[in-house]
Amino acid sequence: MSPADTAIAKKADSKAAPRTETEELISGSEAIAHAVRLADVDVITAYPIRPYDTVMQYVSKMIADGDLDCEYIVAESEHSQFEIVKHASAVGARVFAGSSGVGWFYAFEALAVTAGLRLPMVAMVGNRALDDPGAFGVEHNDALAVRDLGWMLSWVSTAQEALDTALIAYRVAEDPRVYLPCAISCDGAFLTHSQSIVKVPSQAMVNSFLPRYDRGDKQLHPDNPITIAPQVNEDWLMEMRRQSDMAARRARDVIIEAYADFRAKFGRGGEPFIERYMMEDAEVAVVGMGTLAMPVKVAVRKMREQGKKVGFVRVRWFRPFPTRELQEALAGVRAVGVIDRDFSFGSAFFSGVLANDLRSALYPLKNRPKILSFIAGLGGREVSTNNVIDVTGKVFDAASGADIDEQNTYWIGVRE
Amino acid sequence: MSTGSVEVVYRGIFQKTLAKNICRGIVFAARKEGKIGIAFGRYSDSPERNGIPAKQFAVVADTEEEMEEYLSRYEPDNNDVTIVADDTLCKGIESWAWYGLQPINKLLKEGGTLLVASTRSPESLIGDIHRKGKPYHLAIVKASASFSGLWVYKDDLTDVRLLGALARVAPHIISLDSIVAALNEPKKNAAKEASARKAHDLIASTAIGADNGNDAVPFKFELPGWKKMEECLVIRGMDMKQEVPGRDGGYVPARNPTFKKFTTRTMRPVINFDTCTKCTICWLQCPDTCFDITPDGYYDANMEACCGCGICEAVCPVDKCITMVNEEGFKDHQSQWEMWHKDKQAYAAWLSEKIANQPARSHGFHHLGQYAEEIANEPS
Repeated sequence: MSPADTAIAKKADSKAAPRTETEELISGSEAIAHAVRLADVDVITAYPIRPYDTVMQYVSKMIADGDLDCEYIVAESEHSQFEIVKHASAVGARVFAGSSGVGWFYAFEALAVTAGLRLPMVAMVGNRALDDPGAFGVEHNDALAVRDLGWMLSWVSTAQEALDTALIAYRVAEDPRVYLPCAISCDGAFLTHSQSIVKVPSQAMVNSFLPRYDRGDKQLHPDNPITIAPQVNEDWLMEMRRQSDMAARRARDVIIEAYADFRAKFGRGGEPFIERYMMEDAEVAVVGMGTLAMPVKVAVRKMREQGKKVGFVRVRWFRPFPTRELQEALAGVRAVGVIDRDFSFGSAFFSGVLANDLRSALYPLKNRPKILSFIAGLGGREVSTNNVIDVTGKVFDAASGADIDEQNTYWIGVRE
Repeated sequence: MSTGSVEVVYRGIFQKTLAKNICRGIVFAARKEGKIGIAFGRYSDSPERNGIPAKQFAVVADTEEEMEEYLSRYEPDNNDVTIVADDTLCKGIESWAWYGLQPINKLLKEGGTLLVASTRSPESLIGDIHRKGKPYHLAIVKASASFSGLWVYKDDLTDVRLLGALARVAPHIISLDSIVAALNEPKKNAAKEASARKAHDLIASTAIGADNGNDAVPFKFELPGWKKMEECLVIRGMDMKQEVPGRDGGYVPARNPTFKKFTTRTMRPVINFDTCTKCTICWLQCPDTCFDITPDGYYDANMEACCGCGICEAVCPVDKCITMVNEEGFKDHQSQWEMWHKDKQAYAAWLSEKIANQPARSHGFHHLGQYAEEIANEPS
């Protein structure tokens, strides 16, 4: 049998497959590849750049092994890579692509039009520092660059969460109330290249959670003569933007629904939008995204042992921004330390992107906490437990009224 | 409640699969004891490059919380065991990370075990290994640098033997029973089980005192802070020529003062200056510009710059003028031309001794068909 025939046979067998999960020792990239296989994606495009390229290796192996039947196209550049899946999505195909760092930027025009056209592409960003200088390690500026365009953006902290979130992403993106692309960010190295035990669900389980992509009467097809991507001017454009705005607003409820159903079917998944860690009685909080959660949680436990009431909020979805959840989670604390694994040179207070969004989200609170901004872990530099303890010390000082400049941003772990 | 971590030092690309199999084997075995585990390579390495020193790690923990300490690290720095898959790395590790020369035992915890695949004696290896300043143990699995797991190369079970030995020197990380249980999945494998058990039973470890070992100070350098770095990512060009005292005439190119290549190579070229015709081909073809032009017009391979690739030997038109020999036999990086210049007879004796010590199996092969010959000659 050809790989394609084998894939079809395996798919048919899976209808009778038990609703169980297997445990595999795999990296975050391989976990994403499993989600793509389980979502039965129709068109995948690829162009290599580290650390995303590990996903294309696993996907192509799955195709060769007959575990996945899809159109797999290695493009000549990231721009074409994302253009191809954009068009495939318009004709009703479920699609997947991914990239990292400046590779993601080379696709930027395609990324903008994908969101503009309301096409539910799901992408993986293996977060990588932007060149120059050349570096392979994690920074979040690559994925963050599309934050204003209609892309939904999620950051995960484990390989398991990568797999689960990719399945949720298809369901949310392809929901007719949303029809917006979604990028799942995985920290380069710490997620993309580190293997841990991951529960891989059966096809039957995924089928019960993830409906087929149905673009309905918006599908480009000879039987459904439509045109998309018109040239418009000031008399049309603003209304179209307003529709995208509404789609991004509606995505909130769709995400909440998807997590509820995911928890019911898989017994895991946690709270949508944010993860709260030891926040119940916290007096100060640390906020961050991605695998930064690991040293922060260790530090929080160490400080708790010394009686310091500190908690951690991990932002799981950056777009749509969890304004309500963050307001609610942080309203009771006296000071917040935001650790950005990104930068926004020249921005308000020269802060990171997350800190600036969080400040504006908390501004309407009656008793808003003090907010300190920290930049750490750029280019994949390790953020140590002690780094986090130092940061939190400053946040406690701010909470107790010490003279800490809130209009400054502090760089952590940089050689002076 | 406890954690355990194992560092595996190997040479890319030849031992990448071997190292990966060892680390995955540790995780699978730990699961047999209800523990959790992770396996990862040091990301800043480039293990796809020929002979480059690289690392993988396996971490085992009783709880998810304990594991969080290790989930966003490049290099755990307090390892219970450091496994060395190629004993030439006992001289130290220079990776693509900017560490200088990292002693092989640097990330090993006090009282931990350096587990080396080698056919050499502990006394011989300790001459290469830098002093740790803290006591630890040295254990040797009798094996040459294995290519096991690489494409079509013979599976010599080196990974399994190292796992069996690991269970003996660090039973708190994994037991032999767990190793054996994991090796017999997904199907029973009597050869693997027997090899693991044998290595477990045979391994002996030697106590190494804090002051034992090579007393050379490992090469290192300080990275500058942001205030000292030049703005706009500018890297200043170096002078073309390096002035070397006592070398008037000739030409020694300036080289990167921070990035040396002492332990990248497993072989080094030795040169018979008596037969050299000064044809320039080695100097032209060396990909690392490692040849210095001597005042009398010879070409002297500089061991701070040589990767041991063997191209000079391959392109040299004179029979046995340049010969690649085992790096193991050298304690320093002395200039061969200076030795020859000083005492030609002594150099001739030195040269024939070095040429007799050709690599049995290194990260590169000396001639086409060598691997097949070695396999044929190996006792079964």
